[in-house]
Amino acid sequence: MTMNIMKETITGAEALMRSLEHQGVKTLFGYPGGSIMPTFDALYHHRDTLNHILVRHEQGATHAAQGFARVSGEVGVCLVTSGPGATNTLTGIADAMIDSTPIVVIAGQVPTAMLGTDAFQEVDLVSITQPITKWSYQIRSAKDIAWAVARAFFLAKNGRPGPVVLDFTKNAQVEMVDYEPETVDFIRSYDPNPESQEGTLEAAANLINSAKRPLVLVGQGVELGNAQVELRAFLEKGDIPCGCTLLGLSAIPSDHPLNKGMLGMHGNLAPNVKTNECDVLIAVGMRFDDRVTGNIATYAKQAKVIHLDIDSSEFNKNVNVDVAVLGDCKQTLRQLTDLMVQNNHTAWIESFSEHEKLELERVILPEIHPLSGPLNMGEVVRAVSEAANHEAILVTDVGQNQMMAARYFKYTKERSVVTSGGLGTMGFGMPAAIGATFGRPDRAVCVFMGDGGFQMNIQELGTIMEQKAPVKMILMNNNYLGNVRQWQAMFFGRRYAFTPMMNPDYMQIASAYSIPARRIMKREELQEAIHEMLATDGPFLLEACVIEEGNVMPMTPPGGTVDKMMLEC
Amino acid sequence: MEKTLYTLIVHSENIAGLLNQVTAVFTRRQINIESLNVSASSIKGIHKYTITAWATQSEIEKVVKQIERKVDVLQANYFTDSEIYQHEIALYKLATPAFQANPVASKIIRRHAARVVEVNPTFCIVEKNGMSEEISSLYEELQQFGIVLQFVRSGRVAISTSCFERLNEYLAMREEKYNRNKEIK
Repeated sequence: MTMNIMKETITGAEALMRSLEHQGVKTLFGYPGGSIMPTFDALYHHRDTLNHILVRHEQGATHAAQGFARVSGEVGVCLVTSGPGATNTLTGIADAMIDSTPIVVIAGQVPTAMLGTDAFQEVDLVSITQPITKWSYQIRSAKDIAWAVARAFFLAKNGRPGPVVLDFTKNAQVEMVDYEPETVDFIRSYDPNPESQEGTLEAAANLINSAKRPLVLVGQGVELGNAQVELRAFLEKGDIPCGCTLLGLSAIPSDHPLNKGMLGMHGNLAPNVKTNECDVLIAVGMRFDDRVTGNIATYAKQAKVIHLDIDSSEFNKNVNVDVAVLGDCKQTLRQLTDLMVQNNHTAWIESFSEHEKLELERVILPEIHPLSGPLNMGEVVRAVSEAANHEAILVTDVGQNQMMAARYFKYTKERSVVTSGGLGTMGFGMPAAIGATFGRPDRAVCVFMGDGGFQMNIQELGTIMEQKAPVKMILMNNNYLGNVRQWQAMFFGRRYAFTPMMNPDYMQIASAYSIPARRIMKREELQEAIHEMLATDGPFLLEACVIEEGNVMPMTPPGGTVDKMMLEC
Repeated sequence: MEKTLYTLIVHSENIAGLLNQVTAVFTRRQINIESLNVSASSIKGIHKYTITAWATQSEIEKVVKQIERKVDVLQANYFTDSEIYQHEIALYKLATPAFQANPVASKIIRRHAARVVEVNPTFCIVEKNGMSEEISSLYEELQQFGIVLQFVRSGRVAISTSCFERLNEYLAMREEKYNRNKEIK
């Protein structure tokens, strides 16, 4: 080890490259433009170590970074220009904030001397992004770069993860600076690993030990904290059934006997009904979103609530908790498991089966094994999941395709669900899937989209083409904005206000991008088409023409009660 | 739910744009800020905010947590009036001829323990420290004579009545935890 690290005088743009490399970055998603040109010029010299993926729209860069981060557990990085380049990233930043995804967005900015002059492509990015980031900072001098990048990555990935914005002025990119790598491992105003208050673990363990009908709600926090093993040990020792949130689905394998399925509006019947029957509700790394709770006034009122979270602002935010256990759930789950007695709740767990049977007969079987009629969405999803041995990464867009995919895909591996949960961003799917193929090149990535969402970021087919990104795209085309249409049918007297949609010929579009594609209309073609898709090296577009007015069921209508799900509409 | 006037005391790093983030927490929940005072604290590089707002207990708890969640905020706490000593300052500009024509006015000023800090032939300036209501009542009494040309009051500044400074304790705890973790590594 050398005691005196030689400082080197380099440009700010070069300092950014070195700082990114110092953070271990290997992949970036971006789009060049005027105010970020010096940085792209520096990137040119680092193109062997920093793999830059040119997207076709900056929104695509953010979703790709999210997909990358979600499957790999690393920080996703975006590099864009100022003004419109920066504002195009806002949807992805907001999405990453509400879904706790670690990304760092570096945007060009006009030179410091021109700030506030309404200069060409100037926008006050820091002010705009403050409410939708963990941290948003303007680098006005090259001296700040090493520190700001180190702090950005520290904040993005530690504690509850989230997006960070670095607004990088052009003068800071071209200024010369004595560069020296920096590491941030402490911020006095921010504790990324808070400890639980004394006595809370014991209080939680006592409640769990004496519970007759405990139920665990598994959130994405389990995946973010890499606590999948700890969760299983906890559930198995206490013999406690669980339900998963949309983002928590792959934290425990689908076929684990204690996994009772998905929570929420379109989740499984049993865990929703049982939420209002349990005596102790244990929420782990989840935030009681309204799509999970339905009407909060009738939600789990009978239960004592234990909440494990790393973010203390989640306690009592939506649901009042009896015991709040602050901390990283990898640690707190382990501590709780130690304090717990070996238990069994056979009768309670068996009581789930009548609801499972009801849902299977009334909803699931007709959806995945229809006897006649057009292709069903759930049928397509389950067939893809099976053909991939339930080992693929599922990426979804938003809407019916998302709910069907989440319900009927099966998960055997962790970090296998990439979906826009909190923000519900249509157009998320395709770019997120691109990012996922870079985050986990060793795994198959399947993205389910509807005809609406597919067209919201359809330009990213260009990125797929250029990168030969092996994205298996399943377009479930029903010629409608299906989820809104379903609500119109159910709650707006079947008045289909602007939900029927004229579609282009997707085969011709795929062909223009030289992406192998196939369209299927019939049940008999399904297996073989999926096989062809999975056997094809590289990307593939499978367009399944599905039932036009298919509905996602069961459903807790908005404002409804979780134990009163509708089985049909 | 009944609303109370709460005083929030927030300590943060001195970073540009943080005020925006703190006030945005109120805006998002449609809670009006009654008064706001921001200044350097006794610790170098740390700013202190004193904010008052009418809210329910559950609202104010959520607001405080959301403020504390900002990464550059060190600490946020809320207090009721009984838990703090609080003060405001106000300045009253009076027309000198009218002031002289109303001898009662100077009696009022003395009774309110206010002081005259500037006198010239055109106007004089009265300064008053005190509680919110005292400042308002002096204004109303002077205004009976129609002699107040201008009036301005500061936001509230407050200090908690508990014996210890929570912030010092917090900073010590953070340092201690960091060093402890470093040793473990």
